[in-house]
Amino acid sequence: MTRLDALEAQSIFIFREAFAQLRKIAMLWSLGKDSNVMIHLARKAFFGRLPFPAMHVDTHRKFPEMYAFRDHYAKEWDLDLIVEDCPPIESTDPTLPPAARSAARKTEGLRLALAKHGFDGVIAGIRRDEEPTRAKERFFSPRGTDGAWNVREQPPEFWDQYNTALTPGAHVRIHPILHWTEMDIWAYTQRENIPVIPLYFSKNGKRYRSLGDQDITNPVESDASTLDEILAELAITKTSERSGRAMDHESEDAFERLRTAGYL
Amino acid sequence: MSASSFASTPAAPLATSTAAAAVKERELLRIVIVGHVDHGKSTLVGRLLHETGSLPDGKLEMLKEVSARRGMPFEWSFLLDALQTERDQGITVDTSQIRFKTTKRDYVLIDAPGHVEFLRNMVTGAAQADAAVLLVDAGEGVREQTRRHAFLLHLLGLRQVAVVVNKMDRVGFDQEAFAAIEEDVSAYLGGFGLRPTFVIPVSARDGDFISERTARLPWYSGPTVVEALDAFTAPPSLSDQPLRFPIQAVYKFDERRILAGRIESGRLSVGDELAFEPSGATARVKSIEAWPGPAPTTVEAGQSAGITLDKDIFVTRGDIAAHGDQRPRAAKSLKVRLFWLDDAPLKAGDPVVVRLSTAAAPGVVSAVTSAVDPANLVTEGQASLGRNYVGEVEITLRQALPADPYHLNAFTGRVVVERERRICGGGIILHAAREARLEAPKRGPVVAVDSAVTAAERITRFHHQGAVLWLTGLPASGKSTVARALERRLFDLGGSPVYLDGDTLRTGLNADLGFSPQERSENIRRVAHMAGFLARNGHIAIVALVSPTRADREQAREVGARFFHEVFIRAPLEVCEGRDPKGHYAKARKGEIASFTGISAPYEEPEAPELVLDTTGDIGATLAALEAYLEEAGVLFPPDTDSPI
Repeated sequence: MTRLDALEAQSIFIFREAFAQLRKIAMLWSLGKDSNVMIHLARKAFFGRLPFPAMHVDTHRKFPEMYAFRDHYAKEWDLDLIVEDCPPIESTDPTLPPAARSAARKTEGLRLALAKHGFDGVIAGIRRDEEPTRAKERFFSPRGTDGAWNVREQPPEFWDQYNTALTPGAHVRIHPILHWTEMDIWAYTQRENIPVIPLYFSKNGKRYRSLGDQDITNPVESDASTLDEILAELAITKTSERSGRAMDHESEDAFERLRTAGYL
Repeated sequence: MSASSFASTPAAPLATSTAAAAVKERELLRIVIVGHVDHGKSTLVGRLLHETGSLPDGKLEMLKEVSARRGMPFEWSFLLDALQTERDQGITVDTSQIRFKTTKRDYVLIDAPGHVEFLRNMVTGAAQADAAVLLVDAGEGVREQTRRHAFLLHLLGLRQVAVVVNKMDRVGFDQEAFAAIEEDVSAYLGGFGLRPTFVIPVSARDGDFISERTARLPWYSGPTVVEALDAFTAPPSLSDQPLRFPIQAVYKFDERRILAGRIESGRLSVGDELAFEPSGATARVKSIEAWPGPAPTTVEAGQSAGITLDKDIFVTRGDIAAHGDQRPRAAKSLKVRLFWLDDAPLKAGDPVVVRLSTAAAPGVVSAVTSAVDPANLVTEGQASLGRNYVGEVEITLRQALPADPYHLNAFTGRVVVERERRICGGGIILHAAREARLEAPKRGPVVAVDSAVTAAERITRFHHQGAVLWLTGLPASGKSTVARALERRLFDLGGSPVYLDGDTLRTGLNADLGFSPQERSENIRRVAHMAGFLARNGHIAIVALVSPTRADREQAREVGARFFHEVFIRAPLEVCEGRDPKGHYAKARKGEIASFTGISAPYEEPEAPELVLDTTGDIGATLAALEAYLEEAGVLFPPDTDSPI
């Protein structure tokens, strides 16, 4: 087995565990490179179909290319697509710095969407190599009734035995690509010929490495305009993937506060 | 925007993609770093990342800034201690994972917290690792958590461990201080059969012997930490072991009925006949399914797969598919070496749920037979298993689980235990008692006939239950002596012991058998059936047989089922050879006996016998220990009590 084969097999195992053990689940689809890989993996796990909804928690501040991509592939992949809106900025914690506050809209949007549909599990495409608090995540991460992550009291998770016991109204976050790296995602995207939003490829010396909302995501300097060039760039870069994400840099613990409150 | 603008790749053809190939070819190893709190794990990780150029730009500056803001000297540990609480308190709360690479391969470093409160996080981290680094502070030496972590690494099945003795700068790079710690830690690890691959003196803070050899340790000639990591070997493929295919789910999305799961060991191909435990139902693999196609005709260990069968048999989540002659046991009672992570102790009588692979079954703890504090390896004679303790526990299940003893299969030989729906512990299966299953006679109309005398009647007369005492050990270890002394003693008490001597049986019933491995197995099989028959009829069969392989003894255990007790007669080879009552050792040494256990053929010591007897001392004491065990195990009843049946 190659390394990508091993990553794929583990992800498929996690998808099947989530589907078998939880009552009602959905997969978050943010339209970025990670969640597209995730949809592809899920279709492999379930032999060509996604037996649960894909949910886009929409800030209405995504790039136009992202909305076009969503509408096209939701149809082509025959997804049961749910689009839920985020509440306005006024509903978020006013003590957070501006970009973090903007990001917090998504946390609240997700919380409302989970409550509305009664999902007890939500699949999300975070990876350990993105950011240090994500490195501490479990594959199955239980959340409180308010969606909060109690990082100090995470249950033990070993030997592929995942925790799915829930208090009523709470949910589990499932992270099937937690063990992948940015490099793995691109190599797999190339191998499996998975579609990609063009914003990831260089235009006028800049490209996006990570796609969030328009107002809080910035492109990085890059001439990589093909998958091969992206892989070659990542093999030598020392710039972190989320360097273009404003809220990660506002204060030492801004991102930790976002995440413990339930941000992805 | 037109759909075609997403057509994913302005890329070169896949086959010529060199960057992607480079990603695929590099090997990945998972290393967990464990040790006592404050011995410098996070610092070591920070150093490793820095020295191998694995830190992103700006990270070093960020750490300097964070340290300065707290009015502290530069602190490497802030790299992994990502949480505010961790930085404020200077301790790692939860396990973290971070990538790093050497010229040889890629690594995932799993940083596990050392603080005793966070043992469950340490276990979570360590259970995902292929190898481990055990860190010890040169000034403090081996501490409580050092020992606890080392023992858990052993229990989790990790066999590659490098010991790193950190903070050598604090002890003036003193060779003797290092040697003392090296001896101490090696002795502790050796106590449960773990040998460190290297013991390396370093200063993680200053960067001595992390990736570079420095002049401050002139007396040390071993590898640096990076060299030691590179010397670890990748886990072997499990494809050549017997097939274990646990079913995660059965999907019926269309006309196909697909059994989905991950192959844990072995391989399966289209056309194979599979047996599904615990039901025992069999069917052939009609197809392997995959999306997008084409589907393979064989899948092997590590792959997530889906298959269809040629027959519509009942299969459900938790079933394990295997090949007919090498199935797991459908076990209703398990003996587990368990580590317990919950605040409230585990007690006999506690209802639990046992999860094994994708299966789960409710059950009851029937006994806690030992409890050991891994911090000092002291066994405590208590009937409960406290937090962070390791013990041996017997669990009676309400329905059978397909299981293997751990030494036969790591995946189907380990369980986690839930109490009140929370995972509270985990462990390895020492014994899995096969559930009795009536099999159709293969030839002729064979019908078993019940004895005219009931078991209860025999117990009333003999004052004991039926039993098979299987005495195993090196030739001349004292098996026959113990067996005969016990036979005499039990008979004098009014019981019905029968001594079955290996050599004696070979003069009659087994006279047709030689000493090839196959013939030795057959010899053991026949003796086991005979002993089992006696035990079911209320007698105590005392078997004295070298029975050198674990596999053969496991087979005997299955035949003997609940009557079986393995007794390891332990005596050092020198002692046995010194006794040599039949002159066999002398002949073997001269080469006159081609294959002699202990000299030219291996003896596999039991991993978890019910009893170990040391015969280097007085026979009276040995006999008393044996008798005490039989009482404790419920085989012997005091003569004046009523039959419990």
